[in-house]
Amino acid sequence: MADHSHGATAGDGHAGGHGDHGFAHTTPLSLLIGILAVLLVLTVLTVSVTSFDLGAQGNLVVAMVIATVKAGLVVTYFMHLRWDRLFHLILFLTSVLFLILFLSMSITDRSEYDRDIESFRASQAQAK
Amino acid sequence: MSDPTPQAEPKSEGSTPRPAAVADAKHAGNGHAQADEHHGHSEHPFLAHHFDTPQQQFEAGKLGIWLFLLTEVLFFAGLFCAYTVYRAIRPEVFVYAHYFLDTRLGAVNTCVLLLSSLTAAWAVRNAQLRQHKHLMVNIVITIACACTFMVVKYFEYSHKVHDGLLWGPNFAPKEQVWELKTFKDKHPEAAEYAEKLAHAAKHAEKAPAGAAAAPAAHGAAAAPDAHGATDEPSEPLPKPTLEQVEPLVAAGLVGEKAESPIGVSRPRNAHVFFSIYFFMTGLHGLHVLIGIGIWIWLLFKAKRGVFGPNYFGPIDYAALYWHLVDLIWIYLFPLLYLIH
Repeated sequence: MADHSHGATAGDGHAGGHGDHGFAHTTPLSLLIGILAVLLVLTVLTVSVTSFDLGAQGNLVVAMVIATVKAGLVVTYFMHLRWDRLFHLILFLTSVLFLILFLSMSITDRSEYDRDIESFRASQAQAK
Repeated sequence: MSDPTPQAEPKSEGSTPRPAAVADAKHAGNGHAQADEHHGHSEHPFLAHHFDTPQQQFEAGKLGIWLFLLTEVLFFAGLFCAYTVYRAIRPEVFVYAHYFLDTRLGAVNTCVLLLSSLTAAWAVRNAQLRQHKHLMVNIVITIACACTFMVVKYFEYSHKVHDGLLWGPNFAPKEQVWELKTFKDKHPEAAEYAEKLAHAAKHAEKAPAGAAAAPAAHGAAAAPDAHGATDEPSEPLPKPTLEQVEPLVAAGLVGEKAESPIGVSRPRNAHVFFSIYFFMTGLHGLHVLIGIGIWIWLLFKAKRGVFGPNYFGPIDYAALYWHLVDLIWIYLFPLLYLIH
């Protein structure tokens, strides 16, 4: 029971009845435990990598790549998206897309108010 | 789909939540001829009257929980945005503040949450396979992990409150960053140098104050004394090496980003980090607390043995929510604790 569903049904999403256990798709236990092991290894990796200097943004990039791999594993296997409806994956990716849009637009805007801040600081200094 | 417009059927809508009770009212006029066949659901006591099959009910709930998770991602997006923008414009504040966070506790909490994610996913499997005993064990482990997470968070928070590491105007750190073990371990030379700088600055502060107290009495004689006092402590300080000064500049302790232009202090607006820290971890912690409540409710439901291959939706939805909480922590941990 643990192995019949993995792989074989990977492509067909929720086809419906699986006979002995209704419409449910059970994730193999060995797979779940394996994913946890990988996640823990990645956690150790992301902590230990901080002791190396990888340049100005290097460490941040590495940390975010590792976090994204971990998130991908959680979403794919723990959250079952690999065997779920494609629509749910699209929903989730849409939220991620809008998150990225939100962050990237904000980041391009980050220095827009520098001039106002500078002039405010200058007027404050003058007032003193 | 379980929420038809109330205006359309004002009479029957008041009592929708209980399928059995509503069946009579429904059946009167709004074309629910099928409701009669289905509302009993003798073989599926869990099946709500407005669904035809357990699978349809499950799929509807699943769509609902995914839509909810989508809003959760966007909910947290605002905080991640605040973090990103502030880190982009004031990186030194983050370098400064991260020395105050205990990476070990953060790592322990990460592992605890990951483990609870496994047991949550395992619980879904148990529910699908009608393994009632295992299901309850896994739910209990999930709750235990969540509680462990909150206990660790409690210790972290109380430590911060004690040390004055708070948001906004409450920010009044009791310790200087270079006195921290985390800083000393990473940059021993810089810590030593900062110590000397701070000492010298203190010295310099005292001397002019003393000189200014009696300017009339000493007159011209006091002036060279004061000058001597300000110059004297900086004299024994040799020219710092790059290793000594670079960590201090990176953390905004000296230089133009520091609060005070002389001596060593801390970066300007360092409290904003702690506003962001408490808001992000606090909102996340609130989600963990809500998760604990949901799991406790499901534990009682599981005790009654209602879950099985045709009815595991509630466990599945709770697990999805729980994984999302885990997912957010996967990003929070490196962003807050592992700043380089």
